Amino acid sequence: MEPAVRLRAAVTLLGRFPALAGVDLDITSGEIVLLKGPNGAGKTTLLRLCAGLCSLASGQGWVLGHDLNDERRMVRRRVALLGHRTGLYDDLTVAENVAFWARAAGAGGTDVDEAIERLSLTGRLADTRVGRLSAGQRRRASIASLVVRRPELWLLDEPHAGLDQQSRDTVDMLVRGAAAAEATVVLATHELERIQVLKPRVVSVVGGMVRSGSHSADAPNGEDGSTEGDRRVP
Amino acid sequence: MRQTARMVPLRVTAVFRDAWLIAGKDLKIEMRARVGINQIVPFAVTVLVLFAFALDTDQEALRTYAPGLFWVTVLLASLLAIGRSFAVDLADGASDRLLLSGIDPIAVFGGKAAAIAIQLVVLEVLLAAGVVLLFDVTVHRYGLLVCAGLAAAVGVATAGTLYGALVSGLGVRETLLPMLLLPVVAPVLIGATRAFQDAFGVAGAEGWAWLGLLAGFAAIYGVFGALSYGALLEEA
Repeated sequence: MEPAVRLRAAVTLLGRFPALAGVDLDITSGEIVLLKGPNGAGKTTLLRLCAGLCSLASGQGWVLGHDLNDERRMVRRRVALLGHRTGLYDDLTVAENVAFWARAAGAGGTDVDEAIERLSLTGRLADTRVGRLSAGQRRRASIASLVVRRPELWLLDEPHAGLDQQSRDTVDMLVRGAAAAEATVVLATHELERIQVLKPRVVSVVGGMVRSGSHSADAPNGEDGSTEGDRRVP
Repeated sequence: MRQTARMVPLRVTAVFRDAWLIAGKDLKIEMRARVGINQIVPFAVTVLVLFAFALDTDQEALRTYAPGLFWVTVLLASLLAIGRSFAVDLADGASDRLLLSGIDPIAVFGGKAAAIAIQLVVLEVLLAAGVVLLFDVTVHRYGLLVCAGLAAAVGVATAGTLYGALVSGLGVRETLLPMLLLPVVAPVLIGATRAFQDAFGVAGAEGWAWLGLLAGFAAIYGVFGALSYGALLEEA
């Protein structure tokens, strides 16, 4: 299968600090990958690099077949990044936000209605300004504005953070839906129990490096990132 | 070769469609947030009134300097409109989403500049009414007044969008934007003031010649901004 992500000795600088210090990583199309590691390990930077939002200081990288050195705009059209921020406009309603991002991606009106329905944002909620929503509702609206783009590569950074039970279930539904549609999903989360059912490949990120190892069903799932990564969650 | 030739009109159409999408979004946000009506317009009117207080004893001086005072006020208020245009994108990570949307940077530039220009034109109309009332000036050349107002608004909006993007990723953008932009738009201040002097009949300036300067400034910054905006967004 064609790799969705291929990084070779990838170095990304945040200022002068090497947030990624020579990453080698292969992710196959259709795969679900869980990035594990302590805070500051470089997980977010790795996701942003895969989204084409960070540049390579050295090394090589390809995402969905596009070179990260000179085809980042092509990459961006085909990926969706759910970060810590929603990417929504507070003064627009949920429906207007989703419609704006849908039109920006060239999607149609039926895609908008479908995404709003899928994320349970129908009725009065759809006509409510995003600035008046709760954190969980904002997150769902943010996800709806990504769903509508039908991305080939999902990049989810702490998708469960700060969410209530209903919104966490929504995130899980999103990952399952993306996997069912044969999209590739790369996520960084501390909610390991929730993700276990999806049987992701686990990749440990430590100090800006990816620790690749053998697939191991019984390796520990510690949060310190000291374990040899690249294994299946038991 | 023939296929490439067919793609060019499609790309141009897409750029205009996306620019309209961006402009519509920015204008809708401003209509809802009412920052322009509740803050920028009152600020501009306050500046005009303060000028009137400062020169109150000399009505003739007020009439003579009205065009310059008008444009200084517009430029100061434009800083707020430009800053606001970028603040809404930065507030909750929408600037990253814009990059990820795949919209051509030329369309983003055009859309943001168009939205700012429309807001400035509305501001100019309100301020022009204020100047007529407060400074007791009369308009002699409406055509020149309208053309100069439009050209200056486009010039300030294009330069403002360019410099707004330049500083948008910096923590000190609120203070850096005026320092960078105001010297750059000095030709707009000079040209628009001379054109308005002619339109108000307060000086024998060659108003239409100065309008040429305004149009040239707008064209240069329009083209330069469109070509360089993609690189600026990458660095912001």
